[in-house]
Amino acid sequence: MTELHKTRQDVQDAVPHHPGHVTPRKPKATRDAYGETLLELGKRRPDIVALDADLSGSTKTARFAREFPDRFFNMGVAEQDMIGTAAGLALAGKVPFASTFAVFETGRAWDQIRLAVCYSNTNVKLVATHGGVTVGEDGASHQALEDIALMRALPNMMVIVPADASETASAISAVADHKGPVYVRLGRAKVPYVMPDDYRFTPGKAFVFHIGKDATIIAAGIMVDIAKKAAEILSGEGIDTGVVNMSTIKPLDEETLLRVARTSALIVTAEEHSVIGGLGGSVCEFLSENHPVTVRRIGVRDTFGCSGTPDDLLKRYGMTAGDIVETVKNSG
Amino acid sequence: MGVMTEGKITDINELKKIAKNVRINILHMLTLAGSGHTGGSLSAVDVAVAIYFSRMKFNPADPSWEERDRFVLSKGHAAPLIYAVMAEAGYFREDAIKTLRKTGSPLQGHPCSAMLPGIEISTGSLGQGLSVANGMALGLRLDGNPARVYCIMGDGEVQEGQVWEAAMTAAHYKIDNICAVVDNNGLQIDGPVEKVMGIEPLRDKWAAFGWHVMDIDGHNMQEIIDALDEAETVKGRPSIIIARTTKGKGVSFFENKVEYHGVAPTREEFDRAVKEILDDRTS
Ligand SMILES: Cc1ncc(C[n+]2csc(CCOP(=O)(O)OP(=O)(O)O)c2C)c(N)n1
Ligand SMILES: [Mg+2]
Repeated sequence: MTELHKTRQDVQDAVPHHPGHVTPRKPKATRDAYGETLLELGKRRPDIVALDADLSGSTKTARFAREFPDRFFNMGVAEQDMIGTAAGLALAGKVPFASTFAVFETGRAWDQIRLAVCYSNTNVKLVATHGGVTVGEDGASHQALEDIALMRALPNMMVIVPADASETASAISAVADHKGPVYVRLGRAKVPYVMPDDYRFTPGKAFVFHIGKDATIIAAGIMVDIAKKAAEILSGEGIDTGVVNMSTIKPLDEETLLRVARTSALIVTAEEHSVIGGLGGSVCEFLSENHPVTVRRIGVRDTFGCSGTPDDLLKRYGMTAGDIVETVKNSG
Repeated sequence: MGVMTEGKITDINELKKIAKNVRINILHMLTLAGSGHTGGSLSAVDVAVAIYFSRMKFNPADPSWEERDRFVLSKGHAAPLIYAVMAEAGYFREDAIKTLRKTGSPLQGHPCSAMLPGIEISTGSLGQGLSVANGMALGLRLDGNPARVYCIMGDGEVQEGQVWEAAMTAAHYKIDNICAVVDNNGLQIDGPVEKVMGIEPLRDKWAAFGWHVMDIDGHNMQEIIDALDEAETVKGRPSIIIARTTKGKGVSFFENKVEYHGVAPTREEFDRAVKEILDDRTS
């Protein structure tokens, strides 16, 4: 390969780096990383098309739309039509990325996703933004807390919740190469970088930061950073606590999960989602059948969200590092 | 203001004064909240004020009073509008608007019926209000209750398929105790409605779905009142007002600006906006 043909990825890979190192960078929203990666993919792959439902500025598909107006379809405020159209585009050999807020993407168009995407096994990529309570002031109507459960229940669907902007970029590229339905859940707010520079997302593969003797926190999305903070506090107090980024919630990385369950005295799951049906539910289902251990779930406890600042809401719903620390200590 | 059964306001100038106050309160609460939907709250002010204060029977002291007329804000992002109208009507003290979008406030970012008595149904996910309005209207009819149902939708909102399902229902069941409004301000989030996903010819579409259609200037109080009067005389089919409006109406630097869909005024913009609204003698 000549110097000219080297992609940015090759150059990055060639730089020797200390494994596990996270270069300090300003926090960035996962939706911003999506917009950039979709644009890059669009330049390399003419088969990639994008759809949105009047939220392209917020979901960041607008960047793709500006560059490739012919391959972008704004469907208006019509999510059900968007999903059906995406399925049709997939049948015509395109690789459609369909985006809107997570509530509307998964909730409004669920039956369309079920029939035209999952049951028909069409190659549709659902990338939704504004998942979870960190949507903030817009309130409960706009905060998806059930989307992972809704998508996870569907056969053929892969479910991915990246932890930061770099994992999002890597996951979106992987998703474009994967054949079949995928749901990627992104956020509105800026999030710190947590994944090591040398990390690359692989579908179905969890990333183990550390497996703790006393406890391990299995987290996804913005909760990975919060879990790492909690683990640091706990380990500082002599409670050996690990963190695993379970960014693919379906299919679950069962091997890693079993390894954790055999090593750690306690498992805590942490997600920006209802404790019903999401990551916590998924982990409990698998472990109770295969290796029953004590699991505590951090997440929203069977209630709707509300208006407030993201930080206030994380406190209100018991999802801070302090809440995880308390949970681990009280489970001893 | 108490029970409005007797006190319906018919004086146009009085309604215009209320509309000014509602506009100022919308801007005030948005400025304090620091986020929220400015453009689409301002465009529907005149229609909402006319419906509430010249038409509806309601009792702020008893929000679930059976004889009340019902109001559904299907375009739920215009929550500041309904809150400003409710404050004006006496549902809560005016300074409660300062809590908009704050943790624990009944004034949620989008209207929540479980937290705020007087809100008939939670909205915020577009396209759902007209179905609920139909259901309420059918229920009232079954009970022989003469109350009427009003429902305001956005023009981007009518791109939702459910709106047209509801349009069929209302005509099919001859629901004539409903009056819907499309706040036809020509803009949605990603740009002009006709550029994002055309909805024209809107008037013909509703007519073809079996509705009695009235096409008016949605900022002309007299035209709004006349249309509401006309709707009450139509029997055997539903009525809809296509209100041609200006997004951001009343504040020159917000008017027709797509970027002010979901952005709150700054303190400085608020001061300038209030001055413009108070100085304006035409509206
Ligand atoms: C089902 C659904 N999809 C998307 C949104 C996000 N959204 C909020 S307002 C809006 C644009 C609405 O445009 P319009 O109805 O014209 O409102 P207005 O101009 O009156 O503010 C969109 C897409 C939503 N609230 N609900
Ligand atoms: Mg509009």
